[in-house]
Amino acid sequence: MKISLFIGCFNDTLFPDTGRAVVEVLERLGHAVDFPLAQTCCGQMHNNSGYGADATALMRRHLDVFDGAETVVCPSSSCVVTVRQAYPRLAAATGDAALLDRARALAGRTFEFAEFLVKKLGLEDVGAYYPHRVTYHSTCNSLRGLGLGDAALKLLRGVRGLDLVELPGAEQCCGFGGTFAVKNAETSIAMLTDKLAAIRGTGAEVCTAVDNSCLMHIAGGLSRERSGRRTLHLAEILNSVEGSMAS
Amino acid sequence: MSTDTPVHEGPGILVERPFPAAARDALKDAQLRRNIGKATTTIRAKRRNAVAEMPDWEALRDAGYAIKRDALRRLDENLLKLDASVTAAGGTVHWARDGAEANRIVGDILAGHGAEEVLKIKSLTTDETGLNGALEARGIDAIETDLAEVIVQKGGDRSSHILVPAIHRNRAEIRAIFKRELPDTDDLTDDPKALTAAARRYLREKFMTVPCAVSGANFAVAETGSVAIFESEGNGRMCLTLPRVLITVMGIEKVVPRWDDMAAFLQLLPRSSTAERMNPYNSVWSGTRAGEGPEEFHLVLLDNGRTAVLADEAARDTLNCIRCSACLNICPVYERTGGRAYGSTYPGPIGAILTPQLDPSAEAATLPFASSLCGACYEVCPVKIDIPRILVHLRSKANAAKGTTGEALAMAAMARVFGSERLYALAQRAVAVGQRPFVRDGQIRALPGPLAGWTAMRDLAPVPKQSFRGWWAERKR
Ligand code: SF4
Repeated sequence: MKISLFIGCFNDTLFPDTGRAVVEVLERLGHAVDFPLAQTCCGQMHNNSGYGADATALMRRHLDVFDGAETVVCPSSSCVVTVRQAYPRLAAATGDAALLDRARALAGRTFEFAEFLVKKLGLEDVGAYYPHRVTYHSTCNSLRGLGLGDAALKLLRGVRGLDLVELPGAEQCCGFGGTFAVKNAETSIAMLTDKLAAIRGTGAEVCTAVDNSCLMHIAGGLSRERSGRRTLHLAEILNSVEGSMAS
Repeated sequence: MSTDTPVHEGPGILVERPFPAAARDALKDAQLRRNIGKATTTIRAKRRNAVAEMPDWEALRDAGYAIKRDALRRLDENLLKLDASVTAAGGTVHWARDGAEANRIVGDILAGHGAEEVLKIKSLTTDETGLNGALEARGIDAIETDLAEVIVQKGGDRSSHILVPAIHRNRAEIRAIFKRELPDTDDLTDDPKALTAAARRYLREKFMTVPCAVSGANFAVAETGSVAIFESEGNGRMCLTLPRVLITVMGIEKVVPRWDDMAAFLQLLPRSSTAERMNPYNSVWSGTRAGEGPEEFHLVLLDNGRTAVLADEAARDTLNCIRCSACLNICPVYERTGGRAYGSTYPGPIGAILTPQLDPSAEAATLPFASSLCGACYEVCPVKIDIPRILVHLRSKANAAKGTTGEALAMAAMARVFGSERLYALAQRAVAVGQRPFVRDGQIRALPGPLAGWTAMRDLAPVPKQSFRGWWAERKR
């Protein structure tokens, strides 16, 4: 299948390894991956922070870049939710029927990475090997925005050597929420504190998820704790194979 | 938590401080966090079970949503019909533009009867209008009869939950309040039975002697002129049947057209709210009847900003709310900060969208930002209010009202950078260089300005030297 990668500005800039992992897993599975270089940012932060006009401009740009793509895959649940849910609303608000059609069409063609593997390709085992104790945080956007269900867990169960431990209260928000983490820092930290305690309780070495924004928040707390625990995007775990140097 | 918080007498919607500041204080209160965390965890689990019993829950939610939406679309018609039906049944209808007008109407009726005391059924609407304080100013003592409201009233503080107003209090605190405020409590222990018994003794005496009562309403039915209250304790029912004069103050959004419409809410409300299959007391009254119940019934229809909410299409669904409190109990922000941080009768997610629409202050405008947009509130809402979407809409409105702020300029600048592939790639490199002074041992541990909040308890991994697009370009070469 011909797949266009939508990386998101956040991953592009801060977590390039996640994008590499997505490319390598998809290619290993025999798919052709293209990365349209004109892409920048989907406008999630602008939209969520209440800057709808800026978000609409970024949406138009994103549509221009991906209008021709057959299937778009993105390793960030919150960016996918922006395309799927916010775009049709932003487009509708402009009153431009053609724009709304384009937004709806792209929303139907854009998939989160784990969702794509499990629900579109019907895969649960992608041949990964990762001999570590791992716990999974279901991000709010994947859980409630995408309705990802247990797709990511199925993939993790398919990884050889991986010891999957359940995260108590996995469905509770980690407290990131984009600008919320800064504007309401104290409340955000109170939420993170409980999330970190839950992760500690599992004894896992690694906490994974399908969104690096939540993981960055959790990693920031883990690093401050100096507990040695860390975070890793699901794609990077799936890209780890026997004999590979991947972490 | 100290018990000597000053008595709150103003209108219930009075956001005095920006949410982050109010939350900061609440977060410091470990007892409050424990009390609320414990209560919400319990009720959350119960609600989940109560809802799981219903195979058609999603269909019911859809029905509840549709009934509310349609009822609000024809609000004018429904209200006129309600007015006619109530009048035909022997009641009197009053229309109040705002809280002050509603309070004046209620005060005039009570004064007309020479009342010095009035029984109160737990009512968010009269809390919103600040009725108790307004009556007090006219020499009329409002006596709350809901157990939790008694605790809040006698404790001289403010409700922190729409269903369990005293959720922030534990048994020891309640005992202290009762000992100080209620008669015959010298030997009172903090046993819940003993506490309830003390409140009951106090209330019984009031029920038997006070001839006027004020209530809110859960629903009103236009076609029959009926008003309904669903409750757990039965104290409301005492106020609905014993007094001679009954005054109901109701937000105009509570009207539904038909009697049948109530069927959906009778299932949705109790399970969402108290996790019961049905409320123990469901009271419905239609006007007056000779020799039975109150001799005089007044219905005060309150707008107080609601028609403006209705006029804003993107926020209109706010008025679907049936005040079940499920969104409070699930909300991670509410769980940490408690209700009083929201500065209003309506805390939690529903408060974060309703309050700023009723109160135009800059302080209230901080409420839509008090959310991580986690979506849990939307998932539990029995009438499917897409609270996260409305939060985002209200954030836009708040930003627009503030005009050109530093943040707006920064956002616009970022949008410009994202508007060009070249500028974007340049900015990526600039960040990688600009961060250098802040990197210590491979982590960023302190940032300046508005980003300091991030590093208060969180590190930040530095931006890697090579971006993904850099890697991609190199690989293609
Ligand atoms: S917004 Fe929904 S969940 Fe919250 S109190 Fe209202 S009806 Fe209940």
